[in-house]
Amino acid sequence: MGISNLIFALSLVTAIFLFRRNVLKIKRNIFLGRDVNRSDQSFLRWKTMARVALGQTKMMVKPIAGFLHVIVYAGFVIINIEVLEIIIDGLFGTHRVFSFLGVFYDFLIASFEILALLVLLACVLFFIRRNGLRLKRFAAKEVSGWPKTDANLILVFEVLLMGAFLLMQGADLALQKMGTAYYVEAGSYPVSSYLLFLFEGMSESSVILFERFFWWVHILGIFAFLNYLPYSKHLHIVLAFPNTYYSNLKAKGAFTNMDSVTQEVKLMLDPDADPYATPDPDSSDDIQRFGAKDVTDLNWVQLMNAYSCTECGRCTSECPANQTGKLLSPRKIMMDTRDRLETYGAEIDAGDDQENQRPLLDGYISREELWACTTCNACTDACPINIDPLSIILDMRRYLVMEESAAPNELNMVFTNIENNGAPWQFSAADRLKWKDEL
Amino acid sequence: MNYDMNDVKKIHVPTMAELMAKGEQPDVLFWVGCAGSFDDRAKKITKAFVKILNHINYKFAVLGTEESCSGDPAKRAGNEFLFQMQAMANIEVMNAYEVKRIVTTCPHCFNTLKNEYPDLGGHYEVVHHTQLLQSLIDEGRLTVEGGAYKGKKITFHDPCYLGRANEVYDAPRTLIEKLDAELVEMKRCKSKGLCCGAGGAQMFKEPEKGAKDVNIERTEDAIETSAEIIATGCPFCNTMMTDGVKNKEKEEQVKVLDLAEMIAQANDL
Ligand code: SF4
Ligand code: SF4
Repeated sequence: MGISNLIFALSLVTAIFLFRRNVLKIKRNIFLGRDVNRSDQSFLRWKTMARVALGQTKMMVKPIAGFLHVIVYAGFVIINIEVLEIIIDGLFGTHRVFSFLGVFYDFLIASFEILALLVLLACVLFFIRRNGLRLKRFAAKEVSGWPKTDANLILVFEVLLMGAFLLMQGADLALQKMGTAYYVEAGSYPVSSYLLFLFEGMSESSVILFERFFWWVHILGIFAFLNYLPYSKHLHIVLAFPNTYYSNLKAKGAFTNMDSVTQEVKLMLDPDADPYATPDPDSSDDIQRFGAKDVTDLNWVQLMNAYSCTECGRCTSECPANQTGKLLSPRKIMMDTRDRLETYGAEIDAGDDQENQRPLLDGYISREELWACTTCNACTDACPINIDPLSIILDMRRYLVMEESAAPNELNMVFTNIENNGAPWQFSAADRLKWKDEL
Repeated sequence: MNYDMNDVKKIHVPTMAELMAKGEQPDVLFWVGCAGSFDDRAKKITKAFVKILNHINYKFAVLGTEESCSGDPAKRAGNEFLFQMQAMANIEVMNAYEVKRIVTTCPHCFNTLKNEYPDLGGHYEVVHHTQLLQSLIDEGRLTVEGGAYKGKKITFHDPCYLGRANEVYDAPRTLIEKLDAELVEMKRCKSKGLCCGAGGAQMFKEPEKGAKDVNIERTEDAIETSAEIIATGCPFCNTMMTDGVKNKEKEEQVKVLDLAEMIAQANDL
C-alpha cells in the first residue's frame, strides 16, 4: 500500500466519519419533535415516494426547470457508480478496476461522460437562471444572503466536480494513447476525447500529474460535497425520500383532530364526569402545551420537512397571501423552522440552557405571518416533495389561541358568537330556519 | 335574482324532528350551514337548492334550529376546543337522528363533516351540492336545459375546500356543460386555483397588511377570461367574488352566481 492509498483511505474514513456525525445530529434534532404515527398504508407510501421523489412528477409542473432538474438528478445518481470504482482504485492502488467488464464498461464510461456533460450544462443554465433572470421566487428576502450563496455554491460545486471528472478522463485517455504503463486501454470517451488537445505536446509525466490532480480534485470534492450537505438545502437529495414516504396521505382539507382536546371535551360534555377529580397521575408527565410555540412542539415529520426543504419557493409563489404582498411566505416558515431547530440542537450540544433562546414563535415567525394564511393548501399542493407548511402555521395558531388567547379581536368575537349562537355572526340560533319563510 | 312573488305554492321544508315524529327518514340531510342560514346573499343559494330538490320531489330534511356551526372557522383559526365542542354536539344530534347521508352547499362544512367528523364519531356519506346535482342529472331525475345560460361564457372559481382540499373538480364543471354554456377557465384553475381570500377564518377578519386584497387578485383572473358569469360553489367565495366585481365596477358585465342558482333559474324555479 502506497502513501497515496493511505491518504486516500484516511480521507475516506474522515469524510464518512464526519458525515455520520452530522447525520446523527440531524436525526436527533428531528426526533426532538413530538410523535406522530405515519406507519400506516405502507404500500401507498412506497408508491407516493416512487412517484414524487423518484419520479419527480411534481417537478414537472414547471417543465423546463423540471427537465433540467431530472438531468442533474439522474446524472448525479448514475455517475455515483463511477465513484465506487474510484474508491476501490483509491484504496487498493488499482486503476479502472471495472475495466474487465469490457463492452459494458465502455458503455458505462460513455454514459457517465455524456451525463457529466449534461449535468454541467444544466447547472450552468440553472446558475444563469438563478442569477440572471431575476425570477421573483429567487429574489425574495428570505433567500438573500446565505441561502442565495448556498444555492449558488451547490451549482458551482457540481460544475467543478463534473469538470474535474471530464478533465481526469481526458488526461487518462491521453495517457492510454501514449501507452503509459498502468493506464489500461479501456472505456469509451465520447466527451473527453474532445479535450485531448489540452494535453498535446505535454510530456508523459506532466499528463500523469494532471490526471492525478483532477482525480484527486474530483474525489476529494465529492467527499467535501458530502459533508456540505448537512449544512445546506442540498440535503433534500437524501431527505426527499423519507419526506415523501412519511407525507400526509389524507385529503388535504382534513386537519388533525387533537386527541388531547378530544379527551377534555369529552369530559366537559359528560354529565357524569367529576370536574374536581384529580387528574390521572400516570398521564401527568406527558402534559404538553396545546399547539406549537417552539420547534419541540412540532412533530418529527414537520421537523423532517424543514430539513428537506429545497428553498425552491414554489409554495410561496402560489401562496395567495404572499402574492398579494402579505408578510407570509410558506417557504420562510420552513426555513425558519430549520434555522431554529439547528440553533436548538447546537445549544444542546453546547450544554446551554434553552430558556434564553428565541423560540420559533416571535423569535423567527411573527404573528402577522401566521394570521395571513387562508389555509388554502396551495403551498402543500405546489411543494415538489410534499412538504406541509400549513400544518406548522395551524399548530402555531393553536398555541396562540389556546395557550395565549391571542387571536385577533375579530376572531375572538367569532369564537364568542359560535359559542353563544352556534354561528360566527351575531344571529340568534332560533332564527336559523327563517329563510324557509322567504321561499 | 327575481323569483316570482306570485308563486303562492309554498314549498315545505321538513325538519329531521318532524320526519322522526312521523317515523320517516329522508334520503338526504341538507346541511345548510351558517352562511346559508343567515347571510342574505347565501340564503338565495339555499333557497335555490331547496327549490331544485323540491322540484324533483327529492326527499330531504334540514336540522333547522338543531343545526349549529360545523366548527370550521374555529378550527382553522386554531381554536380546536371550540371546534370539537361544536363537532361533538352536532354529531350527537345527527347520530340521534341516524343520519347517513348529508348534502351541503358549503365546501367548508362539506370538508369538515366529511374529513374531520369521523374521528369524533360522526360517520356519514357527505357530498357537495354540485356532486348531488350531477348525480341527479346522471340518473335522469333532474333535467337541465340551458335556458338563459345557453351559449354564455362562464368561468368557474374552484373553492379551495372543494378543489385542492377534496379534489372535486369535475362535478361543477359538468353542471356548466349541462347548462349548454361555454366554460372558460381562468389561468389559475383546478389544483392551481387561487383562493378567494376567505378561508382559514379570514372571512371574519381584516386582512393582514399587504399590497392588495386576495379577492381582487382573484376577481382579476376571472375578469380576464371575459366571462359573463363567475360560477361559484361556496357562499364565502361568492361574497368575496361579488365584492371583487363591485370593487372593479363590473357589476353590469359580470354576475357572480352559485351553480344551484343557475340550475334553478334555468329550470324556471
Ligand atoms: S395555505 Fe396558507 S401559507 Fe399555504 S399557500 Fe395558502 S395562504 Fe399561503
Ligand atoms: S416547502 Fe417545498 S415548495 Fe416550499 S420552498 Fe420548500 S421545497 Fe420548495
